[in-house]
Amino acid sequence: MFSKIMVPVDLAHAARLDRALQMASDLAHLYKAEVVFVGVTTSQPSSMAHNPQEFAAKLNSFAAEQADKRRITASGHAVVSHDPAVDMEDALLKACSDIGAELIVMASHVPSVSDYLFHAHGGRVAEKAPVSVLVVRES
Amino acid sequence: MADESTNQGIPAPEGEADIIDTEYEIGQDNIETQIGPFGVDIHNPVFLVSGLVIVAFVFYALALPEQAGTFFNWLRPAVTSSFDWFFFGAADLFVLFCLFLIVSPWGKVRLGGNEATPDYNYLGWFAMLFAAGMGIGLMFYGVSEPMSHFSTAFGGTAVPEGGGARTDWAPLGAAAGDEAEAVRLGMAATIFHWGLHPWAIYAIVALALALFTYNKGLPLTIRSAFYPIFGERVWGWTGHVIDILAVFATLFGLATSLGFGATQANAGLNELFGVPTGAATEVILISAITAVALISVLRGLDGGVKVLSEINMGLAFLLLVFVLLVGPTAAILTGFAASLMAYVEYLPALSNPIGREDVNFSQGWTAFYWAWWISWSPFVGMFIARVSRGRTVREFVICVLLIPSLVCVLWMSVFGGTAIHQVLSDGFTGAQDAALELKLFKMLGELPLAGITSFVGIILVVVFFVTSSDSGSLVIDTITAGGKVDAPVPQRVFWCIFEGAVAIVLLLGGGLGALQAMVISTGLPFTVVLLLMCWAIFRGLQTEAR
Repeated sequence: MFSKIMVPVDLAHAARLDRALQMASDLAHLYKAEVVFVGVTTSQPSSMAHNPQEFAAKLNSFAAEQADKRRITASGHAVVSHDPAVDMEDALLKACSDIGAELIVMASHVPSVSDYLFHAHGGRVAEKAPVSVLVVRES
Repeated sequence: MADESTNQGIPAPEGEADIIDTEYEIGQDNIETQIGPFGVDIHNPVFLVSGLVIVAFVFYALALPEQAGTFFNWLRPAVTSSFDWFFFGAADLFVLFCLFLIVSPWGKVRLGGNEATPDYNYLGWFAMLFAAGMGIGLMFYGVSEPMSHFSTAFGGTAVPEGGGARTDWAPLGAAAGDEAEAVRLGMAATIFHWGLHPWAIYAIVALALALFTYNKGLPLTIRSAFYPIFGERVWGWTGHVIDILAVFATLFGLATSLGFGATQANAGLNELFGVPTGAATEVILISAITAVALISVLRGLDGGVKVLSEINMGLAFLLLVFVLLVGPTAAILTGFAASLMAYVEYLPALSNPIGREDVNFSQGWTAFYWAWWISWSPFVGMFIARVSRGRTVREFVICVLLIPSLVCVLWMSVFGGTAIHQVLSDGFTGAQDAALELKLFKMLGELPLAGITSFVGIILVVVFFVTSSDSGSLVIDTITAGGKVDAPVPQRVFWCIFEGAVAIVLLLGGGLGALQAMVISTGLPFTVVLLLMCWAIFRGLQTEAR
């Protein structure tokens, strides 16, 4: 049913993604699908990397680690955004069409009052994406 | 400073560059927490100290308006008269340093590694750096400054009986009774304030930030540029102080421009629609415009700031072309060339830091301008840096220094030239006699379609206001988040509202005088920061691949 599953990851908070990662890997086993981890970064240095190339390398090694640990086929796909605090969804949607994913599995926080003012990424991606989106609530 | 060997294992920025090997990790001093329902990610103590000091300051201005007013009125002349030579000397040095960079072999260094490609095309890049850098000032001073200098120069010098400092406001030795020379001197003095010097100040800060961010891999914050000087200490209190100073300078520099924008929009609305002038209208204007800036900030760099900047450039260009065509076209065009010549001719005398006799002009105008540009420099510089990855140093300095300077000359020649022409040829003195904020509208009033162009003028003031406010919020947010450009959105919303609030309070507490006093007093310490930055750029460039 799905041959490519996209999993957006925030490398700075990878520890919080466990449920989504597990879910993606279960589905990958079920459908014999490939998992693509998508990370969004900036041209400017961040806490994760000095530059986009270093970020891409870290993302690839994260993907390799996950592939090894969960015995799935996985790769990394880094996206550079000018202003990720605002353009995150657009960057993710573009990545989805670029890599040709058929399913997006993404972690999301539990909604709170602030979501009325500042929407959650998961919700927005689910609203706009042309493919199925599975939003996994982290506790 | 790292050599190439420490670079192994980390892929270089596209092509060769010299990453600085530091233990510091971006965001390591940040507090990541929830305040109510909002997640925040702020640098401790930069955010807290700068926020609290500004809040305390605002309360002081509100609680003791009279005392604050007296203090502000004393502060501005006190600083400019004691330190005018310092502002002058520093600004001259910045221009020389930029010119040196253009011709030096380091001009070949590419920001972001020698194979990096630019993030934005020329048009978008240029529009953004220009709209953020001068915006409201061009609207406010485009007519009023050439007119003021022309009038005072024409009026000649005035020395009080029994000697002492000159009491006139004319630049240099004035041009008493000589119309042609007064025009030349007036235009030269105006261009001096809007040409090479301000853009050299911006270029220094922008280049330092871009170099240390894109090539050295340090966080996008002012302190990073000081790594060659202070080493690992920039991550401690030395760096905190530098960043806090930058926040102060940015906030007060912005608030001043917002104050100018509000007074001018108010004057225009009054002229056009009879809207009452005064504090109430200005407060409403600042609030409304801050609300528009909020929307822009929420839409982000590409969806908000860039779009507004481009709209703004388009509108300003249309207005420029309109005035050029329906105004005295031939006079403006010959005036443009003549002004440029006059600028070159008077530049050495105007930029001379010592032994000035035109005290009112050199301290009241030039020193204030230099302080104002310097206080804007962390903001404009960081903004330019953020959008300038992939340019070479030479391309960068030429584009940031020369092209905007030329556009300013053109703008001043068209707007100021038309107004002066109205005085000399038509005998219309409406613009000459009007208050500073009204001069633009009086000048437009003499041209065809005055209703429409004045309205476009007001819109431009407002949109320039918005583009300064939104890009300023992004910059302050980045500095107070320790160089993180992806900090949560509520933070930039906070700063955007805060800027509007500071502008309102200062305007109520002491009017434009209060705003200007704060600009000057934050510009002074930041001048020292800029001087050190020149040295840091020099050191930083030496290890880069050419």
